[in-house]
Amino acid sequence: MADATRPLPSLNELDTRPFWEATKNRELRYQKCNDCGTVVWHPRAHCTGCTGGELSWHTASGKGTIYTFSVVRQSYHPFFRTQVPYAVAWIDLDEGPRLLSNIVGVEDPTRDLACGQRVEVQWEEHEEVNIPLFKPAS
Amino acid sequence: MSGQDRSAAIVGIHEYPSRDVEGRVSPLQIKAHSAARALEDAGLSWSDVDAVYDAGEAGPMSGFTISEYFGIKPRVIDTTNVGGSSYEYHAAHACRDIAAGKAKVALLTYGSTAHSNMARIGAGGRGGHGASPSDNLETFTGMTLVANYAMVARRHMYEYGTTSEQLAEISVATRMHAMRNPEAVKAMQDLEFVDIRETTIDDVVGSRMIADPLHLLECCMISDGGGAVVIAAPEVLRNCAKPPVWILGSGEATGYPENGGDITTSAAAQSGAQAFGEAGVRPDEMDVAMIYDSFSITVLTILEDLGFCPKGEGGRWVQGGRLRFDRPQDGPALNTDGGGLSSNHPGMRGIFLLIEAARQLRGESTSQVDGARLAVAHGNGGMLGARHCAGTIILGRD
Repeated sequence: MADATRPLPSLNELDTRPFWEATKNRELRYQKCNDCGTVVWHPRAHCTGCTGGELSWHTASGKGTIYTFSVVRQSYHPFFRTQVPYAVAWIDLDEGPRLLSNIVGVEDPTRDLACGQRVEVQWEEHEEVNIPLFKPAS
Repeated sequence: MSGQDRSAAIVGIHEYPSRDVEGRVSPLQIKAHSAARALEDAGLSWSDVDAVYDAGEAGPMSGFTISEYFGIKPRVIDTTNVGGSSYEYHAAHACRDIAAGKAKVALLTYGSTAHSNMARIGAGGRGGHGASPSDNLETFTGMTLVANYAMVARRHMYEYGTTSEQLAEISVATRMHAMRNPEAVKAMQDLEFVDIRETTIDDVVGSRMIADPLHLLECCMISDGGGAVVIAAPEVLRNCAKPPVWILGSGEATGYPENGGDITTSAAAQSGAQAFGEAGVRPDEMDVAMIYDSFSITVLTILEDLGFCPKGEGGRWVQGGRLRFDRPQDGPALNTDGGGLSSNHPGMRGIFLLIEAARQLRGESTSQVDGARLAVAHGNGGMLGARHCAGTIILGRD
């Protein structure tokens, strides 16, 4: 049996496709309303701050702060069960979006992470997309 | 409590006794069995039912499939599905429909064989391709359901100094109530819990970590099960066998991830204020609090959000065993049936919150609060640390 792999996003989901396509160039993109300035995350086709605004895409710096996290010790998923313990976190990007990702690059995620910790993106390469993981900021 | 609107009451309840049907009973059969017993409990029959409420957990298009299965032709059909809080929404909608004269006897049912199906509700890793935009951005992380709630607990600890020992109070009080409930004890035996007994704070914080900072004994079980609730108009009550448990107020709300948002405050803050306001009562008047205990942190967060104590003070507030049924002077008794943690959690527990609250207000609980007059039932559906729905129901007796 082939090794289980990380579940990857679909490029057919219309709201998030531009985000995932930009990851091929290691760009972490988000939307902002040209009219009212609302940062919209997750991506979608309409502004949640006003009814008439047009959204434009921007590229984030990839730097942010851990808002909160957990370290998964038990998973029944064929891939993730091989990864425990691993950290899942809500990350506040400096530009505003709060996104979900994994924190990697620490020796022991049960000891080496904290709310408020600075992190930066670290891309995990796949064929059709790159996955934005985060590591402690250098 | 004069001046309250008393337009609909719970008149029949049934909780399906088995938590492990070993694949021999279907969810539809659990629903129908429970419906018949709840109607008997009320002194009513199938032909009296003119409104059906269904979350669709036993199959699609449940508005007509469940009506056919029961053999009824309702005038009101409501298939709201907001996960585990669906039944609080159903109760609220039934109350509204009865008050509007659209229906006289409403039937709510639930059936699930999550345990028999070996559904990995809590630690499944949410595999597969994303069906929604948010799923398509989150599935790659391997966030389990437990980890989602754990992230609320982590932030609560960070902001307010809440400890695992404080969270454990919720598990300890709930298990104490479970040990008094023979069906809960049987459930733990059937699901092969090890060392079935009352627990201590040390037991809880010493149990295996599932997703930091939540331990095994802070997580609900995965059982089979189901139940039914019958809600009726005042003119039906004189034909009923049991005293009415009035629906005094209700509230609905939703919460989801927001940039810069506060993950430690749930949609209960909105639904609770609405429900208490409508009922004209205060949290400190509650004798019983039936709060969806998917995890310890769910209860702590919702106790704060419902207004039992200020935000951030829940950890200190629950200390010292104040949630036990035999300390009415300290505030409401929590989850007196043993909760999802220690009695019954087939995936969507909301109906059991209504059932046990009704038992308390009838004086039928195995952990009966002396003279209980008022109860709150609060369901949380979805994921507390992401997108979720809150349903609050305030109940009172005559």
